[in-house]
Amino acid sequence: MAETKKMTLGIQDVADLEADDDPMPTEPMTLNMGPSHPAMHGTVRVILTVEGETVKDADVQVGYLHRCFEKESEHATYTQVFPYTDRLNYVSPMLNNVGYALAVEKLLGIVEKIPERAQYIRVIVGELSRIADHLTCMSAGAMELGAMTIYFWGIKAREWIWELLEELSGARMTHSYVRVGGLAYDLTPDFIPKVRALFPKINTVLKDIEDSLYENRIFRDRMDGTGLISQERALSYGWTGPALRSTGIDYDVRKAHPYLVYDRFDFDVPVGSKGDNFDRYIVRMEEARQSIRILEQAFDQIPEGPVCLDDPRIILPPKPAVYNTIEGMISHFKIIVDGVKVPPGEIYSFTEGGNGELGFYIVSDGTGRPYKCRVRGPCFIITSALQEMIVNRPIADIVPTFDMMNMIGGECDR
Amino acid sequence: MSVEALNRAKELLGAAVVSTHSYRGDDTIVVDAPDAAKALKTLRDDPEVAMNFLSDLTAVDYFGREPRFEVVYHLRSFKTGARLRLKATVAEPEDGSNPTCPSAVELWASANWFEREIWDLYGIKFTGHPDLRRILMYEEFVGHPLRKDYPKEKRQPLVRRPPDEV
Amino acid sequence: MGLEFYTTRLADAVNWARKYSLFQYPFVTACCGMEFMAVWAPKYDVARFGAEFPRFSPRQADLLIVVGTITERQGPVLRRIYEQMCEPKWTVAFGVCASTGGFYQNYSTMPGADQCIPIDVYIPGCPPRPEQVLDGLMMLQDKIQEKRGFVQVRERREHDELLKAKGKLKVLP
Repeated sequence: MAETKKMTLGIQDVADLEADDDPMPTEPMTLNMGPSHPAMHGTVRVILTVEGETVKDADVQVGYLHRCFEKESEHATYTQVFPYTDRLNYVSPMLNNVGYALAVEKLLGIVEKIPERAQYIRVIVGELSRIADHLTCMSAGAMELGAMTIYFWGIKAREWIWELLEELSGARMTHSYVRVGGLAYDLTPDFIPKVRALFPKINTVLKDIEDSLYENRIFRDRMDGTGLISQERALSYGWTGPALRSTGIDYDVRKAHPYLVYDRFDFDVPVGSKGDNFDRYIVRMEEARQSIRILEQAFDQIPEGPVCLDDPRIILPPKPAVYNTIEGMISHFKIIVDGVKVPPGEIYSFTEGGNGELGFYIVSDGTGRPYKCRVRGPCFIITSALQEMIVNRPIADIVPTFDMMNMIGGECDR
Repeated sequence: MSVEALNRAKELLGAAVVSTHSYRGDDTIVVDAPDAAKALKTLRDDPEVAMNFLSDLTAVDYFGREPRFEVVYHLRSFKTGARLRLKATVAEPEDGSNPTCPSAVELWASANWFEREIWDLYGIKFTGHPDLRRILMYEEFVGHPLRKDYPKEKRQPLVRRPPDEV
Repeated sequence: MGLEFYTTRLADAVNWARKYSLFQYPFVTACCGMEFMAVWAPKYDVARFGAEFPRFSPRQADLLIVVGTITERQGPVLRRIYEQMCEPKWTVAFGVCASTGGFYQNYSTMPGADQCIPIDVYIPGCPPRPEQVLDGLMMLQDKIQEKRGFVQVRERREHDELLKAKGKLKVLP
């Protein structure tokens, strides 16, 4: 009979226990965190080899939402690709629309000729989408750690934004609002006052989330020091966006390679220090506040004017001309059926998406359909580092790490 | 900014460069596939060009052209902010086996998943890759779907409802 | 009036209880998941319909909501989760990708979740508005009450065949 050991009841620091004090030997066990799991972000399968509660090895399997964006875009005209881009990073669809439109316009060589009002509106809807993206990430992240109330506050705030974007584009989520050479519609007359009225409400929600979570013992214990990654590894993995900025490198495409009218705005880029989950949370919260700052300046500066380029080869003619003149009808027909004719060549265009540098590499062969339309989705790249971040950590750390990476299935698997 | 990087890169790579061009603000260097990994290492380690960030790694299938494939690397320098595109032309072997290209995994950790994706969708094998298996499609899938000769709607289903379930 | 009056009333009562206490298993894959989150949120509250708390285990759920695109790779997973659920169970295809594949007609997308599991209610939309989702949920509740759900119809048919085999089924003129 083994001699009984004196077990101290109560909280005992793990470091006090020596290795041979442990009466229960462990052996590795394979655990499947399947593609259908409660974490609301995306469908990813992680096959874990665990020893006790520690993850010894992880095999991250993506591809459960591979919807063939590239193959579909090879068979669609340049304008027909816009709905597919909506569904890439589906929490911030306007940013994908804007990124793709800028890529096609770069290929056409008309980026500087886009009317100023269209550029300002693209910034405005992009930043609104970015706020919605960060609200979703923060709400879902808090909910998975148990804070349901934060989820309800955040989704309530997101509903306000979605209602306004629905007034503008017709759809709550998958807008397809941007077109090559401009936008689909102009702003509604009372859009700007309505958004301005939202700012204090969103700021209150963000402040409430901050007050509830930042001093909360459970939240801090689960987020601080978990999901750590160093700057060198983050750069080697190709990270960009809030995840890279949480490690301390301030690379923001809006500042480093300004596009649209971002160089006219005065905004800060929040940067973390340690590269853990809490830093990623704070960076997203502050970025949402900076987006509000950009929106206020954009509303003050936005000029009047047309929202589409005046080029009949790219922009559809106005509907009265389509129905009443032969030239309008033929022009409409050719642009819709054949697509916008883009000269042969290839470009790589990049913007700041919700999760990082959203790049489009488009190869054109001279017809109205892309020859290849590759999207560099930041989520795919960030997820490739998941294995390194969860190995040698408890299983419970997987949830906050996976949440704060903001792995959106549509962008990861495309 | 990128033009200086392009000129300096041309000097560094020397004979390996097949062609270069600049179009709409993007600068491109074309090399042959066997020289790709060495060229990337040179561009990364040179203190002036310092292309230390791999933005994107993809492939294009130019069906009907010799060489058929091109592996495209998009590089960025965090020191100067310059961007460069390196294209490596990969020819399809005569015997119908998979075309090959050297792997960039030792240079950047992101190349691991990028190259798995290219193997999955285009069928280009990367020599020196530690774990080359499919990533977006399932292992039972036959063929490489993003090649131009793979029809878009050809499905290979894994499971369907049993016919007697009514 | 015989025993059938009471058993019918009992069956009605049981179905009434079932339809107002659905435990959902949200099989969330894609963008429709965001609208699912919105339906669940305070504005378009689904808790009013009794279907509030999602059970993240198929063993404890009776409503499988297929939210978002199902790819061929996801097929065996979905089938296995459907088979793990206990009967009576119902399924809802949320969104047009789960109904017919949507505008994704390619080598990787399954053209509708009904290729691998039977579906009771299809909710089209890309993504469907929360009001559409609640309408679909109410349609499902009608189906449950009238015993027209897939599993309920099958059970009734099997029950009738069993009775017929034993010679106890009375066919009314």
